[in-house]
Amino acid sequence: MSQVHIASRRDFLKRALTSTALLSGTCGSALLTAAEPGAAQAKSKVVIARDALLRGTGSTVDSRRMLSLLDRAMQALFDRDDPVENWRRVVRPGDSVGLKVNTLGGRGISSNLQLVEAICERLQEAGIRAKDIVVWDRDSGEMERAGFRVSVGGNGVQCFGTDGVDYEQDLALYGSVGSRLSKILTQRTNVLINVPVLKDHDGAGVTIALKNMYGVIHNPNKYHPNGCDPYVADLNMLPEIRTRMRLVICDATTAMYDGGPAYKPDHSWKENALIVSQDPVALDYMGWQMIERKRAQKGLKTLEGEERAPRYIATAADAEHRLGMNDPTRISRVEI
Amino acid sequence: MFRQSQVLEGESEEMHGARSQPGCGLDRRSFLKCAVASGAALGMGELAQPAVGSPSEVGQQKQDDARFIVEARFYEKQKNLRIKCKLCPRECVVGDRERGYCGVRENRGGTYYTLVHSRVCAAHVDPIEKKPLFHYLPGTVAFSLATAGCNVNCKFCQNWDISQTRPEQIPASYVPPQMVATLAKQNGCPTIAYTYSEPVIFSEYVMDAADAGHEAGIRSIVVSNGYIQEEALKAAYGKMDAVKIDLKSFSESYYRNVVSGQLKPVLESLVTLKKLGKWTEIVYLVVPTLNDSDAEFRGLAQWVKTNLGVDVPLHFTQFHPEYLLKNLPITPVSTLERAKAIADAEGLHYVYIGNVPGHPSQNTYCPKCRHMLVERVGFTASKVLIRKNGCPFCHQPIPGIWNA
Repeated sequence: MSQVHIASRRDFLKRALTSTALLSGTCGSALLTAAEPGAAQAKSKVVIARDALLRGTGSTVDSRRMLSLLDRAMQALFDRDDPVENWRRVVRPGDSVGLKVNTLGGRGISSNLQLVEAICERLQEAGIRAKDIVVWDRDSGEMERAGFRVSVGGNGVQCFGTDGVDYEQDLALYGSVGSRLSKILTQRTNVLINVPVLKDHDGAGVTIALKNMYGVIHNPNKYHPNGCDPYVADLNMLPEIRTRMRLVICDATTAMYDGGPAYKPDHSWKENALIVSQDPVALDYMGWQMIERKRAQKGLKTLEGEERAPRYIATAADAEHRLGMNDPTRISRVEI
Repeated sequence: MFRQSQVLEGESEEMHGARSQPGCGLDRRSFLKCAVASGAALGMGELAQPAVGSPSEVGQQKQDDARFIVEARFYEKQKNLRIKCKLCPRECVVGDRERGYCGVRENRGGTYYTLVHSRVCAAHVDPIEKKPLFHYLPGTVAFSLATAGCNVNCKFCQNWDISQTRPEQIPASYVPPQMVATLAKQNGCPTIAYTYSEPVIFSEYVMDAADAGHEAGIRSIVVSNGYIQEEALKAAYGKMDAVKIDLKSFSESYYRNVVSGQLKPVLESLVTLKKLGKWTEIVYLVVPTLNDSDAEFRGLAQWVKTNLGVDVPLHFTQFHPEYLLKNLPITPVSTLERAKAIADAEGLHYVYIGNVPGHPSQNTYCPKCRHMLVERVGFTASKVLIRKNGCPFCHQPIPGIWNA
């Protein structure tokens, strides 16, 4: 589970070509889409990139070091040195790219501003116009409380919540889920980059990539019973989400091992890391294990011991959903 | 301003044409006139439709409009800033910054708040027959209102666009309790009705508006799923003059799979209402293939007879495909008639068929001499013959609230 495996460029290309063959017919360019681990036999790669000096001597994340950390994570994920080239694996000019951040936790534990700026910088270098990038969450007020500056119109990067544009009137349906989707997702973007945080959740166990999609719908409160299972998995099956999801960049600069989802400083720690993957299930599995390790260090029970293990992760990987891998033997964990 | 012409009555309103032709809605001008007369500052103005995919026009309200936010009743504090909601049997344990299942109650730093006090998203002047309450002031109208939210998620919900939503996602107006009473009076309504979505989740507002109404000589009724804890029921519905409960099925599995709730607490609520002496009528929406067996109808009727008595009106109403149950057909009238025949055979005195305009089983008949006592056409009580709370022909007492 904890083995470090760095795939060679040849391995990667081989895998990519296999994926292309399997995915052709469903998308224009398989290399530009999220991995479909259920279809491909290859391992899912999850990169955990750390920088112990990310904050220098202070408490604020250093922008330059964050950009460097992001580049290293992307290099490890795509096995290429050129940072911009790596982003061209994810987007192409003409795309409208949404960065779905998580801002529920206020300034204490929301998607990191320097990280979002770094992503926007690289997206533009990869050919995406600034005005075609939307940094978004469910509520503009919440985003502002987390430190984001709402910005609408003009040629710059857009930044606002769904409260400004509303949700689709029609329901999107899959399994246990029937929800109205944010118009930012459906009408403003064709690419989704998921930028969650790494934290404990008192109901769901953990909230990382998959559960971050609760911020996309109008009725997340309906999907918290039973540890959010199978709701999280069903929600991520919606075509409007699944077909747009290209990449997850989890902000683990600050993480929480207990007491979430609201920010509890006493239960947070500075991991100074990014977790990056094209497989949200594998990323969630690895993130969950990181939280469990921290809980063990702190002498807390496991989430299973507290009867709140995130079962939805296994559901997302099951034969019905196939959203990704939760089998650690089929996850290539790369730590840098 | 308010949604005025698109709300349907719980799950039981007579549907044909109702969504597009409200008939007796409170128009915007009337509402504004009333509001101004009341000296109230509405503040909201008319909310524009949001531009497609663009935030240039605000499509939602601010989450933190302090006018609507009042500390909730019926909850207990737990460690780590969690709370346990004691309003409904779901007993949500809600972490800091999270909301309960209803979506309208939020934990902020360990204190639980309702976000919908005086936050009216739908208002309408409706015939009381539309609730339906057939043994309560027939031929009168009720000032009917709702906030966003619900504590269940019925797959057949007709008003899901207000019940299954968060308050900040739909336009609403600030209508404090005294204004509710004033508006009711100015619109000739002897009754305020809390309805359309699920009044359980705006219980604090229900209580305050009922008090204001009673001070002004206006009664209150509630149209509810009855999925509420006993203490909250006594506190909130104890202030009601009549209650209509949607008993959605007589099986736990249906409640679990179709309603996302439980049957047992609803039955307990009905028994509590009887003990409180509240005039109560029951609606049972008959959904083809899901809750329409003879055994279920019989079990229901026997339970009502045993626990509530034969005089409790029971309305079997017609289902129309909506929300998450669009794959099922409209309930055949013959099914409703079968349900009524079974309940009649079990000895219930007042079994009605609803959502079928013109059906003779919309009328009230004397259980003793079988004379028709109340004739109903659509939502209108066209003929009311009851005198001195009884049948004018054989003097059989007819239970209900017949006089304003």
